[in-house]
Amino acid sequence: MAAHLTYLNLALYASSFLCYTRMFYAPHPWVGRLATLLLGSGIVAHYFALLERSRWSHTVPYDDLYGSMSLFAWLLGLTYLGLELLHRQRSVGAFVTLLLVAWLGLLPYAVPASVPAPPPARGPLFAFHVTLNTWAYAAFALSFVLSAIYIAQDRLLRSRRAGTAFWSFPALEVLDRMSRSSVYVGLAALGMGVVMGLIWQHRLRGTYSWSDPKVIVTLAIIAAYAAYLRLSRSAAWRGSRAAVLCVCNFVVVLFSYTFVNLYLTRFHRFF
Amino acid sequence: MATTSNSERISAPRVQIAVIGCNHRTAPLELRERVAFSPQQALQAADALRHRGILEEAVILSTCNRSELYGVPGETGVDTGAAMEEFFTSFHGVSAADLNGRMYRWAGADAVRHLFKVAAGLDSMMLGEAEILGQVRTAYTQALDHGATGPVLNRAFQGAIEVGKRVRAETEVGARPMSVALAGVKLAERVFGNLRGHSALVVGAGEVAEQVVEHLRHRGIGSVQVVNRSYERGAELARRMGGEAVPWDNLEAVLDAPDVLVASVGGTGAVLTRAMLERSMAGRSGRPIFLIDLGVPRNVDPDASALYNLYLYNIDDLGEIVEQNRKAREAEIPRAEAIIDEQLSKFESWRAALEAGSIVDDLRDRFREHRESLIREKFAAMPDVSPAERERIAHITEELIERVLEQPTKQIRRGGAMRGRLGAVDALRHLFGLDEEKD
Repeated sequence: MAAHLTYLNLALYASSFLCYTRMFYAPHPWVGRLATLLLGSGIVAHYFALLERSRWSHTVPYDDLYGSMSLFAWLLGLTYLGLELLHRQRSVGAFVTLLLVAWLGLLPYAVPASVPAPPPARGPLFAFHVTLNTWAYAAFALSFVLSAIYIAQDRLLRSRRAGTAFWSFPALEVLDRMSRSSVYVGLAALGMGVVMGLIWQHRLRGTYSWSDPKVIVTLAIIAAYAAYLRLSRSAAWRGSRAAVLCVCNFVVVLFSYTFVNLYLTRFHRFF
Repeated sequence: MATTSNSERISAPRVQIAVIGCNHRTAPLELRERVAFSPQQALQAADALRHRGILEEAVILSTCNRSELYGVPGETGVDTGAAMEEFFTSFHGVSAADLNGRMYRWAGADAVRHLFKVAAGLDSMMLGEAEILGQVRTAYTQALDHGATGPVLNRAFQGAIEVGKRVRAETEVGARPMSVALAGVKLAERVFGNLRGHSALVVGAGEVAEQVVEHLRHRGIGSVQVVNRSYERGAELARRMGGEAVPWDNLEAVLDAPDVLVASVGGTGAVLTRAMLERSMAGRSGRPIFLIDLGVPRNVDPDASALYNLYLYNIDDLGEIVEQNRKAREAEIPRAEAIIDEQLSKFESWRAALEAGSIVDDLRDRFREHRESLIREKFAAMPDVSPAERERIAHITEELIERVLEQPTKQIRRGGAMRGRLGAVDALRHLFGLDEEKD
């Protein structure tokens, strides 16, 4: 059942990608609405796929690398859909859904979807901690995509080359606003996630482990994105420089999500 | 069962559309000015064409680039195209010699295709321009309200409006700016998105700059300031644009305010130096500025384009973008043609159904289907009815169908003018949903 739902949500994301791409080259209101509807349906199907997998394995979705990465993709789609509705801007959809399709399509090859052993009960606080942190990473991934498009659009404007894609990209100010919104979501989720993690750890061990590399890198990420929000309103950084900073920040996020989790920390090594 | 006799078939009306006219390709502006119709004249001409029996339905489309008569010929047996041309020349008091070789004439599917191409903007001077669809809609609506149209032109013009909408929605034929002024504004939108709440500064009072501001105003730009060497001329331009005039000496003082700057000062070279713009950028808290330099020689120092968050486009840059867009629009023509073919095919199917004159046969078939299914259903519940009685019931119901059809058959025949007959046929087809199965 979970496998069927996974195929279904992948098919819905792929269909949504095709509609967003069609929109990108030949804007049509109904195609745009269909793209959003398909993405929304994909997110719903993805939710049930994660739920079904959790029920089947008697554990939370993030308890293995496959589930964790699938949860990341779901939160990425959900965050994007929220931003799309908030900013009424669909032209980035093709890039985000492509990322979703590629991510979910390659996931079974990159990480075998083996059923994890039921873990010891860790409680809802821990579940919120992990889910909120994953959500933050998804929101930062989205701001990365938006900032990368900003840089490309800025280069095109400066080079005075107006190709097909040029007229379909959102305006620089819209990209900037969307990217900042995404970072706000990410920072809020990460902040709450960290606090919940610290409370959970204190209940478990009676101490806070500030020296854990994951905690250090996470605090660095918070500082880096807070700096982005601050600098992106300053005269010297506003615009493409801030977008470059946002892209660089995401490199730190990737480092934290992969290298730090897998090699540098013992307390945060789950897989 | 009774059979249909040939005498009961409705004689098939010929459904034709004809168009004559001239446009920017065939006639120079001086001639087009002489043969243009005002909205009032267009309705008068439509009335005259119908009263003289040249056309049964008429719509006149007159824009700055074309004057065209669309119509459904009457059944007078005359050469409708020639009669329309004669009317056209006499209405405007233009000699036939002046229009010789400058008029085009289409009939049947070619006329409908021409109308669809016009509505799609494929026949416009600026490929894919949007205004023509509104002009087609207005010409049609006025003729419709005036009672000058009938089922054929209604169908054709509704199809044309549908084509126009689809071509603009599904292709890029009309998607990209094709004038220097509009290209500048569209590029500014690539930076700021919605221009509402943003401000503009016009330096100089060139004609293209005025066009740019018109486009900006159309998109809801906030305040507009005009700086011109001649304060009076600047004030006049500002008044026309609904903006505010600023003395030339205050140019640098107002540079840090606008989001869009349009420079169009004639024959003076760089009015805005890099140093001036650098100072203004420092006072803008890093807000981006979009500069449109329409001056020749250039009004803005080209080195200023290196400044952070300053986007500078000169007249050549904009011209190049317009040229790219023209090519991109041309590349979309096959997709637009495919939409036209699809809509034309629908129109032709509808026309063929009307011409076939098979409405009574279609109705009879529809009634028989209902009768047979009803008889089957009822007889199944009445096993005691003998075969002879069944035969008699079948005969009575068949006769009933023939009597029911007698009146509409007469009405359609009695329609007299083709327009009346077509109206009745069209109404019947619509009422009984006979076209739905054929589409």
